[in-house]
Amino acid sequence: MDNSAHVRAAGLRVRAGRRMAVDGVDLVLGIGVHGVLGPNGAGKTTLMRALATVLRPASGDLRVLGSTLADGESLRRVRERIGYLPQKFGYYPRFTVREFVEYMAWLKQVPAKDIPAAVDRAVHRVGLSDRADDRMRTLSGGMVRRVGIAQAVVNDPAVLLLDEPTVGLDPAERMRFRTLLRELARTSCVVVSTHLVEDVAAGCDEVLLVDRGRVLFQGGTDELAAAGATSDVGDSPLERGYSALLEQAAPR
Amino acid sequence: MSHVPFDHLQRYADNVTTDVETAVIEAHLAGCADCRSALGAVAPRVEDLWVAMAPALAIARRRPSPLVRAAAWASPAMVPWVLMTFAVAALAVVTDLLGTELPSLVLLLAPIAPVAGVAAAWSSGMDPAHEIVACTPRAGLYLVLRRTVAVLGVVLPVLLPLGWLVGASPARWLLPCLAFTATTLALGTLVGVRRAALGLVSVWVLLVVGPSLVTATVPALLSPAMAVLWLAAAAVASVLAVARASLFTRLTGDR
Repeated sequence: MDNSAHVRAAGLRVRAGRRMAVDGVDLVLGIGVHGVLGPNGAGKTTLMRALATVLRPASGDLRVLGSTLADGESLRRVRERIGYLPQKFGYYPRFTVREFVEYMAWLKQVPAKDIPAAVDRAVHRVGLSDRADDRMRTLSGGMVRRVGIAQAVVNDPAVLLLDEPTVGLDPAERMRFRTLLRELARTSCVVVSTHLVEDVAAGCDEVLLVDRGRVLFQGGTDELAAAGATSDVGDSPLERGYSALLEQAAPR
Repeated sequence: MSHVPFDHLQRYADNVTTDVETAVIEAHLAGCADCRSALGAVAPRVEDLWVAMAPALAIARRRPSPLVRAAAWASPAMVPWVLMTFAVAALAVVTDLLGTELPSLVLLLAPIAPVAGVAAAWSSGMDPAHEIVACTPRAGLYLVLRRTVAVLGVVLPVLLPLGWLVGASPARWLLPCLAFTATTLALGTLVGVRRAALGLVSVWVLLVVGPSLVTATVPALLSPAMAVLWLAAAAVASVLAVARASLFTRLTGDR
């Protein structure tokens, strides 16, 4: 098996509770921004959790950064190079922004001497330098989300997994976020899950359309647009392509 | 041959010239002593570099926050549970000091005192940041043990004087305390640490504390003669927890 890709899955199945939420996924992801798009309940979050190594696959093959994550030591090494923002980002309200990101840097085993500069850079990247010493409980929802992004990038991850990162961000924050994504994607594999077609249109090199635990489509945004006809539901070519592919895959 | 213009030298010194400009300037500098000395005048001096780097150096010298250093041992999620434990302990002491005929509440509750704090060490329901912590390289048995030690390190120093105050000897409750702690983790690898904690506390309260209060006798399980039993339980649970430690590197789901 070729190990050059950042993330590689073959026949991946992952359980969420009793349900098989990811049910036979094959994918290869390299450098760039990959948008995981799909309706609510499609299995996006379970897929992201498996890629983030926090859920063990029920079956199939998963390699992250060339490792099969088989033992504790390889798991630890891979995790040093992963950044993850879960859909539900929980935090400690009494921590300041800087303290929270610093704590995450410690958990990610960033060398102690590099932590202060890494924390400063991560907080700066999400535009929160002026709030760095404020407690988390004083922040707005969009700012909390940005702290979530800061903690994800503090270890300069090679694989960055962001589950619904734009929820709660205002238009200006979204634009800044897309610029940051482009910057990060020059050197790393960024996977962004979203249920908004516009997110994918604006910031992704590639789309993975997910429904009922499977990847229906993987390709460029132009290919997704080409899949739709004017008769399909939607306000833009991408939306029409999205609904056409979901419609084709729907069980009759 | 004409010399390199001053503003070009300045840009070269600042390292902002294009590749072509750099090549032309360097070709000229190689054969022109005048321009080389002119470059020496515009190139940043070492002292200036230090001044420019001062903010970065200040960041690098910043000390770790005391809160973060404490969190390296005690998970922030444990704090409310440990405080709750202290509140219950205080109530038990007051009840004991009022001098009822019942067995000491401090003695009866001491064995399960660390359980709530330990549960918060690895639980999605009790730790808001559980999912991102579970994804880090430090996640695992070592982190959970550090957190457990932190809970014991805070709870035991409070329980010991309180027990002495009401006459509940640690010879009766210390080993049960450790056994409950280890069993919470061992059982936690099977059903989730929070459920394990809830189950153990319920069983202890219903089957031991309740009957003991009803019959007004100190339970036989807490007699010093039972120490061997508790020691064995603690040992077995510890071995189980270590054997199944890989569970502490994954998300505990909604358990």
